Amino acid sequence: MPRTSVEDGGRPLPEPGLVLEHRVLKSLLGAWALTACSPEETAAVEEHLGSCGPCADEARRLREAVGLLHTEETLDLDPALRTRVLEGCLDRRPPRIPVPEWARPYDAETARLDALLQDFGEAEWHAPVRLRWFEADVPASRRTTVAGVIAHLLTVDGLVGVALGLEDPLGDIPSDAPTPAGRTESYWRAAHFPPTRSIRRPWREQSHNLIRTASFAGGTSGDLTVRYGGFELPLRDSMLDRAFECWVHADDIAEAVDYPYEPPAPRHLHQMLDLAARMLPTVLAARRRAGLSGLSAPPRRHLVPAGAPGRSIRLEIEGSGGGEWFVPLDSPGALGSADHEVAHVALDGVEFCRLAAGHVSPEDAAAGQVGDREAIREVLLAAASLSRM
Amino acid sequence: MATKDAPPRWDRRMQQRLARGEAAALGELYDRFASLVHGLAHRVLCDEEAADGITREVFVHVWENPDAYDPKQGPLRSWVATLTHRLAVQRLRATETEALERAGQGSSEELERRVHRASVAARADYIVTSMPTPLRLALERAYFQRRDYRQTAADLGITEDEARRRLRLGLQLLSTAHEPGPPPEYGGTR
Repeated sequence: MPRTSVEDGGRPLPEPGLVLEHRVLKSLLGAWALTACSPEETAAVEEHLGSCGPCADEARRLREAVGLLHTEETLDLDPALRTRVLEGCLDRRPPRIPVPEWARPYDAETARLDALLQDFGEAEWHAPVRLRWFEADVPASRRTTVAGVIAHLLTVDGLVGVALGLEDPLGDIPSDAPTPAGRTESYWRAAHFPPTRSIRRPWREQSHNLIRTASFAGGTSGDLTVRYGGFELPLRDSMLDRAFECWVHADDIAEAVDYPYEPPAPRHLHQMLDLAARMLPTVLAARRRAGLSGLSAPPRRHLVPAGAPGRSIRLEIEGSGGGEWFVPLDSPGALGSADHEVAHVALDGVEFCRLAAGHVSPEDAAAGQVGDREAIREVLLAAASLSRM
Repeated sequence: MATKDAPPRWDRRMQQRLARGEAAALGELYDRFASLVHGLAHRVLCDEEAADGITREVFVHVWENPDAYDPKQGPLRSWVATLTHRLAVQRLRATETEALERAGQGSSEELERRVHRASVAARADYIVTSMPTPLRLALERAYFQRRDYRQTAADLGITEDEARRRLRLGLQLLSTAHEPGPPPEYGGTR
C-alpha cells in the first residue's frame, strides 16, 4: 500500500516519543551504541534504559566496545623486515631444505609485490597501467589494468612452472605462441571479463609453489631449461629474470596507483644486473644476425677464437648492488677483457634496470661515456632490447 | 584476506613442513601472518622497533619449536596470535617496570592498568579482524563510514532487522576483549 509521509500529509507531526516493544528496543542496542539510529529511536532507547536493568547493562558494555574500534592505521611492513626475520630464524635453526640462492630474489620480490596488493580496493585493481618495452629498437606499449599485470606475471611465471613440472596456469587455453607475449594475450582474451582481484590468489599460490618446488629440486635444478619460445634460460637465470620482471611490473603498478616503491635489496639487484650483463653478448650477436647492429665489422685481428679475450666495453654500474662488467662485443664466445677495452660506460643501477626494462630509451638513459661511441650506443640498444612485454 | 578461511588442512601441512625444516614454508608462514603479528605487537607496545623485535621473536619461536603447535587445539592463526600477545605483554611489562624503577615514581597498580589496557586493545583488534565478515562489514559501515543502520542495510543489501542484529552481535563479540585472561580461542569466533 503506498504511504504518504507525515511531512507531506499536511497534518501536524506526532509528538516525539516513539513507542516500541521491548524486543525491538533490545535489537536497537548495537545501532544505538554506534549512534546509528534515528533521533526518535535514540530517544526511545534512552528512555527505556532508565527502566530496564538488563538492557542498561548491555548498552554500557556495547558502548565500551565501540571505544575499542580503531581506525586501522595501515602500517606498511618494512619489506626488509621479512629478510631480517627469515635470516634470523635460519641462523638459529639451519633449514634442511633451503631456498636456493638464485631463487631468493624472486622470493623477496613476489613477497614485496604481494604486500603492495594487500590493501588494494576495486578502484586500484582496475587502475590503468601501460606496459612498455622495446621491440626492434622502437618503443612499444600495451594498455592493461593492475589485475591485467598480475595475469601477465601469472602466465609468464607459468613457463618456469612448466619446466619444474607444475600445472600450466593457461590450462586448456590455446596459446598464440609459447612466448611471454603470446601467452599473456591468449590468457587475457580467453577471459570473458577483464581480470579482477581474484587473480591475486592463483598468482601468489603459483609463486609460492615455484619457490617450494625449486627448493625441493635443490641447487642442481638450476641447470634445468626454461623455454620462452624463441629463447631459453637455465632455471637459475630464469628465476632471476622473473624476479626482475616482478619488480619492474610492481613498479608499474605502484606508479599507476601513486604509491612509492623501492628498488630491490642491493644483493638481489646485483644478481639481476649480473644476469643482464651476462645476456648482453648473446643479444649483441642476435642483433648482428638480424641486421640491427650498428657496430662496424671488427677489424680482422679482433676476431678471436672462443674462450679468448675479445674487444670489450666496460660496463660500470654505480650505486648499491652495482659492479663492473667487461662485455665482449664481437662474439658471445669471447671473454670480456680489460686489456681490450674500447669504451667505458657508467650508469646508475636503477637507471640501467629502467633501460633493460624498456622504460627509458637508450638516447635518454643518463650514462657517462668514454671511448668508442658506436660501441656504447650498440650496447645501450642491446640493453633496451632485453626488454619484452 | 585469505587467512581466516584457511582450512585446518593448511595448518597441519604448514606444521609438518616447518618440522621438516623447509625454509620455503617459513617464508609462506611469514607472508600469511607477519601483518597480524606486527599489528598486534604494535597495538600493545606502540613502538615500531619493539614490534619488529616481537615479530622476530614470534617467528624464531615457531621455526625453532614447530611441534609446540598442536593442530588439534585450534587454528594456527589463533595460536600465533596468542603467542604474539604473550610475548608483547611480557615485553611491555618488562620495559614499564624498568621505567618505573628508574623514575622512582608511579605505582605498580598503574603499571598493571597500562598493561591491561594494551592487552585489551590488542585483543579487540584481533577480534575485529577475525569476526565473521558480514559482522565486520556492518561495523565498518556504521562506525568508520558513519552510516546509520538503515543506510548500512541498504549498502549491504540486507533487511533493517538484519543490520541491527549484525551491529549488536559484532559489538557483543568485541566486548569480550574486556574479559580477563586469554579467551579460550583467541578472539573467540569459532
